[in-house]
Amino acid sequence: MSVLTQSLWVLLLGSLLGLELIGKVPPTLHTPLMSGANAISGITVLASLTLIQQAGDNTALLVIGALSLGFALYNVIGGFLVTDRMLAMFRRKGDSR
Amino acid sequence: MTFSMDAFAAGIDLAAVLLLALGIKGLSKVSSARGANALAALAMGLAVVGLLIQIRPDPIAWLLIAAGSAAGGLAGLVTARRVPMTAMPETVALFNGCGGMASLLVAMGVALFDGGKSDIVALVSIAVSVFVGAITFSGSIVAMAKLQGWLDTPGWTQSRLRHGVNISLAVLCLVSALLLPGDPSGLPLWLLMGGSTLLGIGVTLPIGGADMPVVISLLNSYSGVAAAAAGFVVGSQLLIVAGAMVGAAGLILTQVMCTAMNRSLVSVLFGGALGASAAAVGGGGSEAGYTRITSCSAEECAMALEQAERVVFVPGYGLAVAQAQHSLRELSKLLESHGVEVSYAIHPVAGRMPGHMNVLLAEADVPYEQMLEMDLVNPEFPRTDVVIVLGANDVVNPQAKNDPTSPLYGMPVLEVDQARQVFVVKRSLGAGYAGINNALFEMPQTAMVFGDAKAVLNGLLSELRSMGVGKTKVAA
Repeated sequence: MSVLTQSLWVLLLGSLLGLELIGKVPPTLHTPLMSGANAISGITVLASLTLIQQAGDNTALLVIGALSLGFALYNVIGGFLVTDRMLAMFRRKGDSR
Repeated sequence: MTFSMDAFAAGIDLAAVLLLALGIKGLSKVSSARGANALAALAMGLAVVGLLIQIRPDPIAWLLIAAGSAAGGLAGLVTARRVPMTAMPETVALFNGCGGMASLLVAMGVALFDGGKSDIVALVSIAVSVFVGAITFSGSIVAMAKLQGWLDTPGWTQSRLRHGVNISLAVLCLVSALLLPGDPSGLPLWLLMGGSTLLGIGVTLPIGGADMPVVISLLNSYSGVAAAAAGFVVGSQLLIVAGAMVGAAGLILTQVMCTAMNRSLVSVLFGGALGASAAAVGGGGSEAGYTRITSCSAEECAMALEQAERVVFVPGYGLAVAQAQHSLRELSKLLESHGVEVSYAIHPVAGRMPGHMNVLLAEADVPYEQMLEMDLVNPEFPRTDVVIVLGANDVVNPQAKNDPTSPLYGMPVLEVDQARQVFVVKRSLGAGYAGINNALFEMPQTAMVFGDAKAVLNGLLSELRSMGVGKTKVAA
């Protein structure tokens, strides 16, 4: 029970932190921010890794774990790279071309 | 030894959470955004390394981890490199759908093959993870397909029937979740998965293309919730905190985007496509509705530009469709070398999602100081000599300010009618997204330049060059 309570606290505090992090966002950044937040939501890679570990010699679980790891990493790697590609294009007037 | 290893891993987890939070925060400022994105990526890497230290995978697990990582990582790399900037909304939707799929797979895997999980906490977290994961997946894929033009908006989804269908699906999901304790890996689980998948489709399908970014942002928030639920399933507090953080931040971003687009979340989700309802109100726009249109040639427009001291461009989605942002940048460089002050007025919903136009212009090397947001640029229009509207329509309609009977009334618009001279580059007099006439087109200071945005811009460029503009430029 104590682990559950602790997890619920973590859930609550994490949500409150998330609500506070983004206050004002210039419209310029809506698209990159959405894309970046989307990459972070691929944090579910951690669940996939844990699943693979817990699978032991259960083949079905191992395969499902690897599959979900693939999907999650597609989200993470693709998301971070595409966000970087977008943000790299924002430059000031003086910056060299 | 074990203790110090665990303490080390816990320290890494804490650092990862902190860096993730700083990353999300930094992403909301232009100057820090790129670094913040890298920071968040670093945090993610740290979290993965920390977990690998804790779980010490055996060789078989390593093999599968390597296989999954290689496939997903490589595909992500290729997609991120290849995708054109105009296709950004559907790309984010695709990535997001895959994140939802990952959470769904984890929960299904645990429910089906990891026997003995029948305590109520495990069942609730599996049910939530399957439900949210499946909705995120199917909703994101539908959003992507609609943005790509692979899917239309079927007629029945605009009727009340869809609410009945979606409510039935939601009830089905609830009932099967309640039946889960009796049979944790049997029929209820599959019904829950199928029902949630269909619900994701049923909710997303009726939503029109213009509102889709809000939906993607909301689904992005869901995928955070799905990740947090998966955290409960596998017992990872790092996953819970990160998922909750992204879920909540995504919700705020969704709200911010709704405000920018002057739409409420409720009307986006349950109101159906904007075009359909507005056409019913406004009776649909047709060319016959205009009586006092002045049209002019590229030459006349070029002459006005040559005389101007201050020029503002108003780019819209039509510009992106015509792939004309590079020609536009060239034209503005030419004008700048002639001593003209050039800027770009960006309406919050210009492009295909908020902020998308900024990305498209940035791709054409427009410095971001020249892209002015609505609140900044509106007071500047009275002292602007020439405004050129390129492929934008409803966002420059003065009726949104002056005509309470207009369906657009109340929407914040760019007040280009305050400028001395306005040129509207447009293919035809067809109506905008909202399907209504634009009073701007009939104003005395407005002239229409008919044609494809890119062709007109290139025409302007050659006219200006033949006038000798830019030739006097001193070698830098």
